[in-house]
Amino acid sequence: MNPQELLYSKTHEWLHLAEEGGAKVATIGLSAFAIEQLTDLVYLQLPAVGAQVAAGAPLGEVESVKAVSDLYSPVSGEVLAVNARLASDLETLSKDPYGEGWIAKVRVTDETGLGALLKHEQYERQCAEEH
Amino acid sequence: MVDFAGWSMPVQYASIVAEHQATRRQMSLFDVSHMGRLCFEGDGAAAFLDRLLTRRVSDLGPGEVRYSLLTNEQGGILDDVLIYHLQPDAGRDFFLLVVNAGNREKVVAWIRQRLPAPGAVRLHDGTLETAMIAVQGPQALAAVQPGVPLELDRLRYYSARTWEAEHGGWIVSRTGYTGEDGVELIVPATAAEACWETVLAAGQPRGAVPAGLGARDTLRLEAGMPLYGHELSEQINPYQAGLKFAVDLEGRDFPGRDALARLSDQPPPVRRVGLELSGKRVPREHYPILAGDAVIGEITSGTFSPTFDRPLAMGYLPSRHARVGEPLAIDVRGQLAPARVVRLPFYTRHPSRKDAPP
Repeated sequence: MNPQELLYSKTHEWLHLAEEGGAKVATIGLSAFAIEQLTDLVYLQLPAVGAQVAAGAPLGEVESVKAVSDLYSPVSGEVLAVNARLASDLETLSKDPYGEGWIAKVRVTDETGLGALLKHEQYERQCAEEH
Repeated sequence: MVDFAGWSMPVQYASIVAEHQATRRQMSLFDVSHMGRLCFEGDGAAAFLDRLLTRRVSDLGPGEVRYSLLTNEQGGILDDVLIYHLQPDAGRDFFLLVVNAGNREKVVAWIRQRLPAPGAVRLHDGTLETAMIAVQGPQALAAVQPGVPLELDRLRYYSARTWEAEHGGWIVSRTGYTGEDGVELIVPATAAEACWETVLAAGQPRGAVPAGLGARDTLRLEAGMPLYGHELSEQINPYQAGLKFAVDLEGRDFPGRDALARLSDQPPPVRRVGLELSGKRVPREHYPILAGDAVIGEITSGTFSPTFDRPLAMGYLPSRHARVGEPLAIDVRGQLAPARVVRLPFYTRHPSRKDAPP
């Protein structure tokens, strides 16, 4: 996926929206900036398929040698799929964060919250300020 | 960068794991200038330090370094320290006490209260006018050698030399906090940057990297070394912490000596242990340790060990559970990770023990 066309949360998750069979499906991942900041990833806790998630609520955890961070869902909905491969292959998360390193797909049931997400250039600006 | 006891320090330069592996396999440099450096001079210095530290100082030969503790009247640990007996080429011998950054002010105040009448002992806090650089790893001595006027190969473990050079007195000691061979350099602050650049440049062909607080922590943890504020505090005594070797009671008089003599007679109610966990999740400070359903202790330090590729931790347990092999569980944010007590240190560089299970 092209990072320039994605939406971002302030907490560094990216989101891609698509129509699938009449439903809105969000693919969610973690930005390259966040992954670089975490470094030395050791563990990713994925959500359960079928779980209901709420915008801004924890979706999982990402753990590095340095610290553990919550992964937040940028949307509300139901988890349709998770990228189970990441559980044993965190390299993929660092190597291809916007493609093979996707984390979860969520069927969007409530679109409130989407409006608060950042466009790529806004997100870049936030990262530059954090750095 | 993070604030560490008032010092702005890097957690990592690039990656904790890369800096850790470089230290184990090649070498790394740590800026440890935050450590407190207190100098004691005068005829009464050795006798004064004898009445302060848990191990004797007056029998340290020139150039010898010793790990020791400062304890309060109850035997609780005020700090863990290194004491150096240094002999300059010209001038009088002096003693150097290296203390933890977070304890420096407390320790200086504790010592000042006990200094004898002016004259016999002079205390000088040299922390801000000097810098300290730890060069650690199998290639460390080779990289430092060109810059020092002595043969480092012949400098014994836990010994030190001092000499006069640019900007003032320099000190090198065969010490460290990583479990690897290496040295620590104490240099005048005005010479620090040049010293760092010189050693780094000499080390770069040998794989040297600068390393931050993150790697310092994972390295010392693997080496089973306690860290003040985590494994050590005023509420912990040396017997609980597994530091009996650092307490010499025989014919001694120092704060806490009598309390420690009483404590030494009985098994400690809790002990510091090493823990090995299943899975990939990292046990962190304050996570509960369980035996069955009961919380019996907590983690004091934990990490994901780059050397063993698994989570390791230290913590305190009631003595009856502090046995190698004891099956336990760690509450990692609501999920139980199976764990067991293992022998400390997890890592030792001696080849004969390298194959031993961690």
